[in-house]
Amino acid sequence: MTSTEPIAPRPFRVLPAVGPDNEHFWLGGAHGELRFLRCQACGFWIHPPSPICPTCLSADLAAEAVSGRASVFTFTVNFQPWLPNFDPPYVVAIVALPEQEDFRLTTNIVGCDPEEVYIGMEVEVEFEDYDGVWLPYFHPIDGVAATT
Amino acid sequence: MSTISGVERAAGGEHRAVISGVGQSQIGRRIYRDPLALTIEASLRAIEDAGLTRDDIDGVATYPGAMTVPPGFSGVGVTEIQDALRLNLNWFAGGSELPGQLGSVVNAVAAVAAGLADHVLCFRTVWEASAQGDQGRAAVTMGGGGGGSYRAAGFMQWTLPFGAPSASNWIGMMAMRHMHEFGTTREQLAEIALNGRANAQLNPNAIYRDPMTLDDYLNVRMVSSPLCLYDCDVPADGSTAVIVSRADSAPDLRRPPVRIEAMGSALHGRPSWDQFDDLTTMALRDAATMMWDRTELRADDVDTVQVYDGFSFIALCWLEALGFAKHGEGGPWLAAGRPTARHATLPLNTHGGQLSAGRLHGYGFLHEACTQLWGEGGERQVGTPQVAIAAAGGGPLASCFLLRT
Repeated sequence: MTSTEPIAPRPFRVLPAVGPDNEHFWLGGAHGELRFLRCQACGFWIHPPSPICPTCLSADLAAEAVSGRASVFTFTVNFQPWLPNFDPPYVVAIVALPEQEDFRLTTNIVGCDPEEVYIGMEVEVEFEDYDGVWLPYFHPIDGVAATT
Repeated sequence: MSTISGVERAAGGEHRAVISGVGQSQIGRRIYRDPLALTIEASLRAIEDAGLTRDDIDGVATYPGAMTVPPGFSGVGVTEIQDALRLNLNWFAGGSELPGQLGSVVNAVAAVAAGLADHVLCFRTVWEASAQGDQGRAAVTMGGGGGGSYRAAGFMQWTLPFGAPSASNWIGMMAMRHMHEFGTTREQLAEIALNGRANAQLNPNAIYRDPMTLDDYLNVRMVSSPLCLYDCDVPADGSTAVIVSRADSAPDLRRPPVRIEAMGSALHGRPSWDQFDDLTTMALRDAATMMWDRTELRADDVDTVQVYDGFSFIALCWLEALGFAKHGEGGPWLAAGRPTARHATLPLNTHGGQLSAGRLHGYGFLHEACTQLWGEGGERQVGTPQVAIAAAGGGPLASCFLLRT
């Protein structure tokens, strides 16, 4: 973007209601970390958050950071204008986190053209501060710069 | 562990109930009629169709119950129709936390089988076309319109912040995964849309009746890849009502009722659009497996199939889940020989489906299955089917019925 262009308003994003159950996830980006609840008894990663481990039923849970790396499990290029200033096309994806089987997150793929995204693409997390909520997006790892 | 077989369960469950009548209101785009008026119209038609009067109705079931948002998604809850018709109810249930839209009919069948009610009025009313007016679909989408202080909670918090408020986004990702794993193509998906449009031409109540070609399909604008506009159903206004009655009430009815051979309502995976173990089957797999476990009939016995096509891809998933095509092979199966055409072995969505007849949200498929079994399809009647399937829902919400004359 050059200085002569008007500054485009940010897309309108519906933000999550942040509370004790999910703040580790939505605020972790302030520390550069993608955080999930993890069972301290058996090591199982829990998403979305729950008061107990669904595997061993332990209530001894703590937020921990994952690597932030993932691969695109599936995606869609959205062409329909749903939200103010959230201009299509943009990529909505479900990424698979390597820490556990079927451990997935819905997100946006940024930092590349929509047509460059493919299933299996290796991506890495980045965060955007939206009114104090840190939204995790993912950008390609190989040779493509993240969005600013 | 119980040793009761599925067939025995059905004998003590859904075999005690029948479908005695169906009815629909005026259906259209932006007809700007009171949704309660539409519901009354459909309900009285269904009651009359069964040969009953409103005094016979002692139960009500509906999906999704009274809700104020999203606009047009629900206009009418149980108590509104109860009061409008002054019904004396022994049992009722309305809500959205069900195995799909027809989960409300599963409830009604269970209530009748349990002796809680004799004749249950089931209905689904939508007025999404009028609600969106000329503002487009974003006007009735969760979080659409922007502004305000709305914060997302529950499942929506994981999708709304990323500009994915619509099922077209979530189902689009499932379709993309199916294409990746199995090589399914857009041309194969188009079969669902083209089939629906061809059938809609014979349905005077359908919304889109102009002929559609594969070129039309491939050239229309994309909504959320790989789903184009013609992969997405059309918002409509209308109400559909179905009467579920005690099987032993048959002598009191206007005509032999439709029998419920088996039904399925299972959800064995995670109740989530992105965490479910297999995004290419979702809960349709569980509901269909449960249904087939409760009968000795098999897919080969089915004469016509009416399955949810809120998005074309969901219909393909249902056809695979129900066993008409193997998992992953639905695309080639649809395209090769067109087995689902109206004159072929398994006529599909003979009223046009939601893609062309309008988004009546699940109930339209049950209405059509019964209409075909009664031989009352008029110009669109496909022979004299004895066994039909009605299935509705998508993602983690699914239920299905195996019906017979």
